[in-house]
Amino acid sequence: MNVAVAKTGTERRLSDVFALARGRLPGDGRVAEVRQAAIEVYERLGLPHRRVEEWKYTDLRALMREVLPLAPLPDAAVLLRAREALASIAMAGAQKLVLVDGAVVPELSDLGASAPDVTIRTLREILDDAANAARADLLLTETSDAMVSLNAAMATDGVVISIADGAHVAAPIQIVHIAVASGASAFTRSHVRVGNGARATLVENFVAAGGARGYQAHDAVILSVGDDVVLEHVRLMADAPDAVNITSDAITIGARSKLNMFNMTGGGAVSRFQGVIKMAGEGSELSVNGVNLLRGTQHGDTTLVVDHAVPHCTSREIFRAVLDDRARSVFQGRIIVRPHAQKTDGKMMTRALLLSDQAEADNKPELEIFADDVTCGHGATSGALDETLLFYLRARGLPEKDAQALLIQAFIGEAIEPIGNDDLREFATSVAQRWLEVRA
Amino acid sequence: MPLLEVKNLQVRVEEREILHGLDLTVNAGEIHAIMGPNGSGKSTLSHVIAGKPGYEVTGGEVLFKGEDLLSMAPDQRAAKGVFLAFQYPVEIPGVATMTFLRTALNAQRKARGESEYSTPDFLKKVREVAKSLSIPQEMLKRGVNVGFSGGEKKRNEVLQMALFEPSLCILDEMDSGLDIDALRIAADGVNALRSPDRAMIVITHYQRLLNYIVPDFVHVMSKGRVVKSGGKDLALELESTGYAQFDDAA
Repeated sequence: MNVAVAKTGTERRLSDVFALARGRLPGDGRVAEVRQAAIEVYERLGLPHRRVEEWKYTDLRALMREVLPLAPLPDAAVLLRAREALASIAMAGAQKLVLVDGAVVPELSDLGASAPDVTIRTLREILDDAANAARADLLLTETSDAMVSLNAAMATDGVVISIADGAHVAAPIQIVHIAVASGASAFTRSHVRVGNGARATLVENFVAAGGARGYQAHDAVILSVGDDVVLEHVRLMADAPDAVNITSDAITIGARSKLNMFNMTGGGAVSRFQGVIKMAGEGSELSVNGVNLLRGTQHGDTTLVVDHAVPHCTSREIFRAVLDDRARSVFQGRIIVRPHAQKTDGKMMTRALLLSDQAEADNKPELEIFADDVTCGHGATSGALDETLLFYLRARGLPEKDAQALLIQAFIGEAIEPIGNDDLREFATSVAQRWLEVRA
Repeated sequence: MPLLEVKNLQVRVEEREILHGLDLTVNAGEIHAIMGPNGSGKSTLSHVIAGKPGYEVTGGEVLFKGEDLLSMAPDQRAAKGVFLAFQYPVEIPGVATMTFLRTALNAQRKARGESEYSTPDFLKKVREVAKSLSIPQEMLKRGVNVGFSGGEKKRNEVLQMALFEPSLCILDEMDSGLDIDALRIAADGVNALRSPDRAMIVITHYQRLLNYIVPDFVHVMSKGRVVKSGGKDLALELESTGYAQFDDAA
């Protein structure tokens, strides 16, 4: 017997969206079963709202309201617009992997030009490969987060990258998500495996083609870092002003590895970058830094869980938000230290700069420590620009906006400077400069 | 025309009047010392001339080269040639000293309609001045005043003074927190900037600084007014008699 469950209009709409999408979703058999299970998890939970602790500051029922239908497959006109958007952010010398409206586009990507130690396939081709017994694993998730489940149910494509053991990949691997279709969703899911002893740089960009409005980007990245790896991972979110971007990363780090991450959130109306990072091998160092640059009524959320499952690992989180107008920034950082993870050294520092009385910063640091020989700490501040510093600069001849810009750059510099790749650091700096120029 | 004319200046801070009608005239080439006890309004005067927010001018005027200084923003005043050497120079983490110096210098030049300094000219000039003030190059790469000692911070102020070439320098308690050696280096730097085109107002508690920077005029402030003016000997006189005698005069 069916039990009648009251559903909001949003949830009914989602069922329709999934039903409509079904014909477009790659993979049958076990893959379709995994999708069905995932959509059932999602339907039970619905869009996250403020009574779900992890989403209390980012109520998607109010902010997003509904899941939009999938964007159509890109045609020639769409690809033309995507090509223009790509030109502005393509890194010189990088291996580009381009997704347009949720589909990998080989003609814009460097799929064939891989370094010999790098294997790249698309999620779609693997899910459609009935001979691959493990294909459905690419959609499995460990969390019960509604948006992660929704992604698993709806993912149309993504890149599946494998970097061989010992490979030193000089060229950055740049994954570019371009939204062209307005009023539609893209669901993407990528897997990156970095083999033992490998070194690489992974970049992810989210951009809108000119005229793309009101779209939703739903992305998930499953990153597996082996032992003795050195990896830099930079994310730059620059979506359209009325777009939504919900990204979930699941990261596992092996032993003696170094992962240096940076995330910049700007652009979209609603952005959430949530990451669960598990320190699974001893002696590893994790650095996760981020900057939110928000104005108008933008809402930007960075939610991180750093899980120290083993002893002798270090984690550092430096997060900065600059907020103008009525913008709202959320930082939630949880550090978990498991019972045997002695000698863990975990710290996070989040600071928000409020340029307007109506801006809001919500900082929620949490420490869950079950071991007794650890060093963990957190700090959170929010405030306006320091009037004493501003006057000093103005007394030296800097006009008000220039003085503010210099202090804002210094404020976010601490999060940007640890980026190891010079081009990426300069790019992140220039994004911040452009943001400040719009202000001035 | 005098370089600076302060006429009957009345200033309030949070409903409390600090300056009660202050007069001061400074001509190009002159060095004026302003002395007085704590709370006499010396620093308020320097802040109001530089344009620090938080002060309410309720009466009087300040003319700089004949122009109404009080209607100008702090950065406009700097571009016109007003320089305040801070009693407590601030630390600005994340802004390299070199970047700060170049940004400030070029902002002033731009405001005056002058071309920006070329990088080689700028670097050459900074290095020369830094060397004369015993400021190591290493310090210029650090954040503005970050990790600087008290003496280094004051020398950094003198460095900026030399670089920006202002026509009016106000030195607010330059000797506070400095030992004799640090004081001598800073004072030598200031003396090197003495010129017929430039005036200085030296605000100090103690006569000691005036052994190094010898003034043409000394003014005594008490309770928000100039209560006595004289030559450099007035400073020596004060050293023996103290400020108490002026309490009644004010």
